Amino acid sequence: MSALTRLAGSEARLFLREPMSFFFALAFPTVLVVVLGNAIPAFSEPSPDFGGERPINLYLPVVLALAVGTVTMTSLLSVLSQYRERGVLKRLATTPVKPSTLIGAQLAVNIAALVAGAALMMAAAAVVFGSRGPENWPALLVAFLLGSAAMIGVALFIAAVTPNARASAGVGSLVYFPMLFFAGVWTPGDMMPEGARRVADFTPLGAASQALQDAWHGGWPQPLHLAVTAAYAVVTGILAIRLFRWQ
Amino acid sequence: MTVIEVNGLTKRYGDRTVVDGVSFTVAEGEIFGILGENGAGKTTTVECISGLRTPDAGTISVFGLDTRGDREQLRRLIGVQLQESQLQDRLRVGEAMQLYSSFYPDPADWRELLAAVGLTEQVRMPYAKLSGGQKQRLSIALALIGNPRVAILDELTTGLDPRARRETWKLIRQIRDRGVTVLLVTHFMDEAERLCDRLAVFDGGRIVALDTPAALIANVGDVDGYRANLEDAFLALTGTGRDN
Repeated sequence: MSALTRLAGSEARLFLREPMSFFFALAFPTVLVVVLGNAIPAFSEPSPDFGGERPINLYLPVVLALAVGTVTMTSLLSVLSQYRERGVLKRLATTPVKPSTLIGAQLAVNIAALVAGAALMMAAAAVVFGSRGPENWPALLVAFLLGSAAMIGVALFIAAVTPNARASAGVGSLVYFPMLFFAGVWTPGDMMPEGARRVADFTPLGAASQALQDAWHGGWPQPLHLAVTAAYAVVTGILAIRLFRWQ
Repeated sequence: MTVIEVNGLTKRYGDRTVVDGVSFTVAEGEIFGILGENGAGKTTTVECISGLRTPDAGTISVFGLDTRGDREQLRRLIGVQLQESQLQDRLRVGEAMQLYSSFYPDPADWRELLAAVGLTEQVRMPYAKLSGGQKQRLSIALALIGNPRVAILDELTTGLDPRARRETWKLIRQIRDRGVTVLLVTHFMDEAERLCDRLAVFDGGRIVALDTPAALIANVGDVDGYRANLEDAFLALTGTGRDN
């Protein structure tokens, strides 16, 4: 077994022992969909305002974007900056294993949790509301992958440029909430005002959300949204590698 | 046999020179102490030897290997206990030992090592629940888990109570008796005097004296009619080139 798989196993155990990360990554998307769908009866009834669609169906891809944003901006970001601040990375640097291996292990654990949380949410939506699920699976996977890569890049970048865990958490939430707005968490589907949408197209989570929604409803994401998410992933990823301090 | 050879080591942070042309050698099986006040350049020196920092000038070799050379080979030979380096809160003692032992080709028996540092009962305890002294002892155990031939220990008894300090000293002597060379950073005079075969006294990034504790003390003679101790020797050697 390689050091990466051993570290990933160890990090996965720690992840499951942390109630907050466990809840936000694995349960939050499902809880949100089930609670919203039950609390607001109109949410699961076909509505002429949404072209005969059920609002919950419009909301599910947005919840996927929300899940991506939550895992990267809270769980991943805080763990990375804490590991640096507390000297976990530095201690690893004294062993034959490189500290970057631990970051790789953290990425693997967070991506696995994200995928599990998303799958759980879609399964719950199918069972509770009879949701048909995404109509274009390959497109959805592409959108999910690129959106996650973009937000992981942003998380790594914030961890790289902030001096300590407190600052990382602060910047993280400063980015997180506007990002949710642009992802359409409060204005799913066509409800987002045109001006906001034009900005959203160029934010990582906004573009990811648009791409996820297009794929969910059977289409293919617009090239713009794929390009924007890919660009965020590459640029923030490279900057993070250049700027990251290990101690 | 020379294990560590430091030659003209210089390290700057910005325009501040924290280590300024330091040279010394450490022989196999020695407990070599680096003694100095905070900011004297002790930690930076051992971080350069550990390969965690790159010197601005000078060379360091450990068992003939340049510290800028083969990263992995070097880290198999050197075990490092760092100041203020923590573990994940929810990682259990036994899990940490098992995980870190898996990083080395020929690790020590981690259960034996835990027993040696007196943490057998804490094997299932998460890191966050350990006391300061227990964390310190776990840190020493992790530094020794790879069966290193050199152990670098930075401020290892800071925060320990007197009994735990003496237990730790005993452990360090046991490690040396197993043939491990020990490089010890400290600012405690009693620790330096009791434990170290030789001492390098650091002041302002330079070595101002290097000798056995007894010789350092003998050089001072009497102070105010009393026989000098290591602290007297230290005070006589350091602080002269300071601004204030």
